[in-house]
Amino acid sequence: MRRKIIQAVSAIVSNSYIPGFLKGTIYQGKLKSICVPGLNCYSCPGAIGSCPIGSLQAVLGSWKYRFSYYVLGLILLFGGFLGRWICGWICPFGLFQELLYKIPVKKIKLKGNWRKLSWVKYPVLLMFVIILPLFVVNIAGLGSPAFCKYICPAGTLEGALPLMIADPGLLDNAGALFVLKASIAIAVVAVSMVLFRPFCRILCPLGAIYGWMNKVSLYQMEVDTGKCIECGRCTLQCKLDVEIYKNPASAECIRCGECKTVCPTGAISSEIRFRKKEEVHGRIERTN
Amino acid sequence: MVGKRKTIGIIIIAIAAGMVGYGIFRDEITDVFNKAIRICLECIGIGWIL
Repeated sequence: MRRKIIQAVSAIVSNSYIPGFLKGTIYQGKLKSICVPGLNCYSCPGAIGSCPIGSLQAVLGSWKYRFSYYVLGLILLFGGFLGRWICGWICPFGLFQELLYKIPVKKIKLKGNWRKLSWVKYPVLLMFVIILPLFVVNIAGLGSPAFCKYICPAGTLEGALPLMIADPGLLDNAGALFVLKASIAIAVVAVSMVLFRPFCRILCPLGAIYGWMNKVSLYQMEVDTGKCIECGRCTLQCKLDVEIYKNPASAECIRCGECKTVCPTGAISSEIRFRKKEEVHGRIERTN
Repeated sequence: MVGKRKTIGIIIIAIAAGMVGYGIFRDEITDVFNKAIRICLECIGIGWIL
């Protein structure tokens, strides 16, 4: 419940420019210079900050710069402290998918080879966020924000939809590109009802970066090997199917903390720690 | 292992802070701002061209 409140507050604060929704415009204040930690389209009428993935593509695709120290630095800073805690606690698009998952329909889990789908987000990051904006440029030398343009369902749902409601004239310009993006958005919405956070797991390039940073972030899940009895309740509880007692730094773990609540021996903890705690090990070791 | 990872994390944070500072120094922030204050039509899927 505490997590849901923080997620809701984060989503509301990130999109608190109310006049934008009413007039079909977007916020143009100085805060737009700053990237928010989660995925939140900067063309959403309510957005008061910039999307880190959109900004990264914008700078990489500009004629002036071919590398973004500022945006990449911010992403590494957020990830270095918190890893995928950001996904689990403050990403507005993550909350959106979680709310869809609450719709009472039959649920599925990614099992066997299907779990390999979680690797898709890494080539998506490489190809659509880095390579295409850098190397596919128009006659003015500007790269295309390929991830936003061809994939991002957050842009369609948070940006296009409210803007079209406020200004139906935009529909006149919705062509093949919109059909493609709307199809992806509809698919993400539909799958989110049966599979927990499919976009975060399969497609999100920001999740890919933060997932890698789970390994080194200061905020860590930790398993006390002395207390853990390997009952597996944490894995059963985990909606992302992470075996936290085997791999506390899993790139798929969004640090929601549900595993901590079901652990019968209180072996799982999480906190920001600058120094190693002697009695806690990052990975469980068998003693017999 | 955990201690080593945290050390790497702290190094990354220090480098990241330096990158943010350097990015601001070379005015990347203006590019981010200029992109973010205009409705990016292609970002939201408006347009005919794939």
